[in-house]
Amino acid sequence: MKAAYAFVVVLALTGAGMAGGASAALRGPLGVFVPYAAFVILLVGICLRVWLWAATPVPFRIPTTCGQQKSLSWIRSSYLECPSNGIAAAIRLGVEILFFRSLFRNTRCEVSERRAVFGDSKLLWLGAMVFHWSMLLILLRHLRLFIEPVPSFVLLLQRVDGFFQIGIPELYLSDAALTAGLLYLLWRRFSDPLVRYISQLTDYFALFLLLGVAVTGMLMRYVSNVDVAAIKQFALGLVTFSPVIPKTIGSLFFAHLLLVSALAAYFPFSKLMHMAGVFMSPTRNLANNSRMTRHVNPWNYPVKKHTYDEWQAEYHDKLVAAEIPMETPDVRAANTN
Amino acid sequence: MSEPLIQIEQNRLAGDWTAVKPEFRKGTYCYSAAAKNLQYLGLPNPREWQPSDQDWKLPADWKQIILDGFKERLGRFRSLRLFMDICVRCGACADKCHFYIGSSDPKNMPVLRAELMRSIYRRYFTATGRLFGSLAGGRELTEDVIKEWFYYFYQCTECRRCSVFCPYGIDTAEITMIGRELLNLIGVNINWITEPAANCYRTGNHLGIQPHGFKDSLEFAADELEEITGIRVEVPIAKKGAEILFVTPSADYFGTPHYFTLLGYLALFHEIGLDYTFSAYASEGGNFGLFSSHEMMKRLNSKIYDEAKRLGVKWILGGECGHMWRVIHQYMDTMNGPADFLEVPVSPVTGTRFEHTKSTKMLHIAEFTADLIHSGKLALDPSRNDKWKVTYHDSCNPARGMGLLEEPRYILKNVCNNFHEMPADTIREQTFCCGSGSGLGTDENLEMRLRGGFPRANAVRYVKEKHGVNLLTCICAIDKATLPTLLDYWVPGVEVAGVHELLGNALVMRGEKQRATNLRGEPLAQGNISSSAENSDGSETIHA
Repeated sequence: MKAAYAFVVVLALTGAGMAGGASAALRGPLGVFVPYAAFVILLVGICLRVWLWAATPVPFRIPTTCGQQKSLSWIRSSYLECPSNGIAAAIRLGVEILFFRSLFRNTRCEVSERRAVFGDSKLLWLGAMVFHWSMLLILLRHLRLFIEPVPSFVLLLQRVDGFFQIGIPELYLSDAALTAGLLYLLWRRFSDPLVRYISQLTDYFALFLLLGVAVTGMLMRYVSNVDVAAIKQFALGLVTFSPVIPKTIGSLFFAHLLLVSALAAYFPFSKLMHMAGVFMSPTRNLANNSRMTRHVNPWNYPVKKHTYDEWQAEYHDKLVAAEIPMETPDVRAANTN
Repeated sequence: MSEPLIQIEQNRLAGDWTAVKPEFRKGTYCYSAAAKNLQYLGLPNPREWQPSDQDWKLPADWKQIILDGFKERLGRFRSLRLFMDICVRCGACADKCHFYIGSSDPKNMPVLRAELMRSIYRRYFTATGRLFGSLAGGRELTEDVIKEWFYYFYQCTECRRCSVFCPYGIDTAEITMIGRELLNLIGVNINWITEPAANCYRTGNHLGIQPHGFKDSLEFAADELEEITGIRVEVPIAKKGAEILFVTPSADYFGTPHYFTLLGYLALFHEIGLDYTFSAYASEGGNFGLFSSHEMMKRLNSKIYDEAKRLGVKWILGGECGHMWRVIHQYMDTMNGPADFLEVPVSPVTGTRFEHTKSTKMLHIAEFTADLIHSGKLALDPSRNDKWKVTYHDSCNPARGMGLLEEPRYILKNVCNNFHEMPADTIREQTFCCGSGSGLGTDENLEMRLRGGFPRANAVRYVKEKHGVNLLTCICAIDKATLPTLLDYWVPGVEVAGVHELLGNALVMRGEKQRATNLRGEPLAQGNISSSAENSDGSETIHA
């Protein structure tokens, strides 16, 4: 049901984009106002959210240690899994962000007949890697639309991406990979009973939205052969703040644009903020050096304690009887000796 | 055991989890905190109630208290705010939780445990949740939500295993700690945590042992040790000017098998001539404040530095304990430091300067002993532990909150001849909790404890069947208290011991009599006795 709602919303957005693109009156707002607004929401939203996180203190140094600490000189410490300084922690975080280190550990636990069996489970890691990396590649490839002349690294990426020269225009591997990755993540949400149980409308919505963007994008490239020069003219217009909407741009492009705008505007309010959040996770970005270097808590406030003097007063007689040394031996103690 | 065996059914997961209410079935939950304990600690809403009651007698404005408390903590803990915002519900954590594996209750999946709180966060603290309600994953805060929080936040042992697997490092321990902190604001607590905290606050230790009882217990241990080794050791208490303050969990001098570990410490300290002292005021290393609130953690922990300062010691040595070390390693210096009145720990025997503790000035006994062994300062006869086929259980907090993995293993490999690791998925950073940590080691929730401990026991059973393992060693007081029950149920025939118990067995002391028994008073095999006699003349051993 949740998935159906999410699907309908994305379908409606796509339809609205198509219809808007076909209506002369709506092409202007849809091509200019909507993307600008979405982009502003994206930028401001991300900045505000990150600022909010950054403004919230990290009162304690709580890295999750996943390897040997640095302690005795002859015991080899685990530089990456249990970083003992800031640089090592930065590298740990880098490996996490670039290669999804933690997800790579994933195991699967099966229980039957009062026994638990553990197995490797790398599929989620693979799916996530394929999806995120192809997404990045596609974003970078899109730079060719926004920059003139096209930077050489973008051309190189494009050549590598189309290396196999399957079909005309040649298939970008990243397109195939992105779609496969998204379909896997979606399939997982439906087929794995655990994941289905925890999934929310927003989880499906994000996936359908991304799929919508991918499908409309690929339709333009592989099926309807859109006028790329016109689209580039449009994109350059947007980034130079002198928007133009060439007549040859079809309504499919407006569907793509509206879906991308929806994604951008939704991003700061959604779980997609994990992209920025992972950099700030205190269990991953801190060094495990709590006993070496004092960590300061900005809101550390004094608390009510049971002081030694109170304690000694309460147990005075028993301390005397047990001959436990006290801070201020008194007359009674002296007399009993 | 006579009760029917626990069956782990695989639940059919269907429908909406928000519509499912927890069932307070005996054996799965802990009893409420007694009013007198709340009063002693000055905590709100002391009253008579039980979780199985319909009416929990919450304060009239409980909802406002929770929401205000939530808001305040969102502003104090980046971990909380971030972990509320960025979970993508990928499900990688789902089958990593021992409580989920053992109970197959979906709300024991770390992701859903956090969603219990996240749904409230969305509804009251995010724009989308306020606007779209349940469509955006929000839900109303009701008394049923409070009951659900209680049920599931006291079914999490804050072991951090899920956080190892989470791609963003989301740590359910943070969620649970803050969830419990919020529940404490309206007087929803469990006695097994609040009473030890009250005891510790008052007497200095969880068990509520008063100073004379504490001394008796240590003296008794010295008598026992004398009987076994023929050597009378001194046990200094509150000795001003001693070089080192020794702090260990109070279970070490009253619980079994902790007690044998205490004998190991006493033998070791005597053998190397350590100038140290116990303290009756700070007679607890463990910290049940960690299980209720950051403030309570600080209140209880403060005694250690205060006492070190009063006694004028140079540095602090800490015994085998799990949660104690989470607090000491990750919280103590920040909360109650700086410890500028202490010196950087230096081993008086080897001269090793423990640079990694230069700010906190507190050293783990496993680090201390590993250094002694590595420097050849101890005479050891591992054959005295030949009775045991040993495996090692990484206690959650030293493993995932500290990275103390090799030191205890190094000690074990030097003090026993038969050591076998459990499977890699179940040790080191992936270690499984005993199922009773974070203050859940009581009797009334035994079924849930046995379920939560199942993955650990399962791995023990594997090495028992494969290698004939009959001893599970560990460095955590809660492990020592609760693993025996767990193993009796799932893997009968495997006992539990501290690492320093085995050290105490193997330690050849100058002038000791021919040992006839191990520290448990169990006879040594004939071969062991002769080998220990050879060593005890000191001809081949190096002494400090």
